[in-house]
Amino acid sequence: MQQLIFFLQKFKNFLFFLLLALISLALTFNNLNFHKSKFVNSANSITGGLFSQASSISEYWSLKSENKLLAEENTRLKNLIEQNSTIIYNFDSIIVDTIKYHQKYTYTTAKITNNNYSKAFNFITINKGKNQSITKEMAVINSKGIIGITDNASSNYARVQSILNRNSKINARLKNSSYFGTLSWNGLEYNTVQLSDIPRQAPLKIGDTIETGGKSTIFPEGILIGTISKVNKGNTADNKVDVLLFNDMSNLGYVQIIKNLDKEEIKNLETQNE
Amino acid sequence: MNKPFSMAILFFSLLFLQVFVLNNILFLGYINPYIYIVFVFLYPLKENRFTFLFSCFLLGIFIDFFSDSGGIHAFSILCIAYARLFFVRLYFKKVEADYPFFNLKSESFGKIFNYVTTLTFIHHLIYFSLANFSFYNYSNVLLNTLYSSVFTLLLYFTGTYIFTKSE
Repeated sequence: MQQLIFFLQKFKNFLFFLLLALISLALTFNNLNFHKSKFVNSANSITGGLFSQASSISEYWSLKSENKLLAEENTRLKNLIEQNSTIIYNFDSIIVDTIKYHQKYTYTTAKITNNNYSKAFNFITINKGKNQSITKEMAVINSKGIIGITDNASSNYARVQSILNRNSKINARLKNSSYFGTLSWNGLEYNTVQLSDIPRQAPLKIGDTIETGGKSTIFPEGILIGTISKVNKGNTADNKVDVLLFNDMSNLGYVQIIKNLDKEEIKNLETQNE
Repeated sequence: MNKPFSMAILFFSLLFLQVFVLNNILFLGYINPYIYIVFVFLYPLKENRFTFLFSCFLLGIFIDFFSDSGGIHAFSILCIAYARLFFVRLYFKKVEADYPFFNLKSESFGKIFNYVTTLTFIHHLIYFSLANFSFYNYSNVLLNTLYSSVFTLLLYFTGTYIFTKSE
């Protein structure tokens, strides 16, 4: 017993160091796990509040580019309305507005208050949370394409796992042929992600557009991602291609969060089968 | 000035400097200085290291909160905080009786340079290895360590040159 106390006396500094080191390592491992990251993140009220203060100062520098984005999106949406209205006038039939009776997605606008893109595991903080009915596993996009998936929400802030995170896996497909694969990131360049597991018979050309596949309950179908920038000529197991993102991930302002209203129903159905 | 009070001021100013200014520099897209480890150099030496280790851990975990990195900063600053005494003995040839009188400013520049550079490199290597979390792209980790260390050291030595009172 005396020797034990002597041992503790002698190594008390080291033991204390070991305790703190184990705590921090446990936090690190938990943070890398999508379903366990609860404690240390920027979505709590103190860091979230401070970040939103800081971004309210720095957002003045991006007002111009943000304005341009909005104008572009407006033009695109006006064109879409124009296309629809000609359909209504040309065909002499009753159009049932299905959107009105069965809405599948709701969109919420949020502002990015903190953005990382230079690490291997990047996260983004946005200024909407549980009070605005944002929960985990919701899609985050902007007018140019996908941004990520929410992974943690406090009452007024949420943390988004960016597509520039080595844990991100998103279902994506070719726009022209609907062959689908998995979108992930190798951690090297912030404007290039990798699409893997595309079937070998799929025709791949540089410049082809990649969009979301709609095979998951998170992302709706057909949201733009990027264009193919490099095709692997050799025979590799995963048939990986590089995708150049439409979004400049280092310069993001406002985003939309998509909530899938049918998610519960789909999840219930899928678990019943198991 | 009162020692604990000035250390508290140093703690918070380093924290906010790091998370709001230095984390946004991203020179050439990815190089950042991590100047908050200055806290380890400036904290007075004592035989009882509990408060020192714990405040270093707190500083690291606060920075982790802001940069969404789990406990990486906490772990790496804790490692150099624990290793500090060993390097003080190695480079400055101090024994236990000298600790209360130890002052970094009164030492010669060569010794300080060795001491600060070693600790900075250790910290950055641990930090980038954990941030990468695999041996894939390890050359990137080493390059990041080298560039960021140079950046941090440059900032530290210009900082001490500016803030030292000229006699």
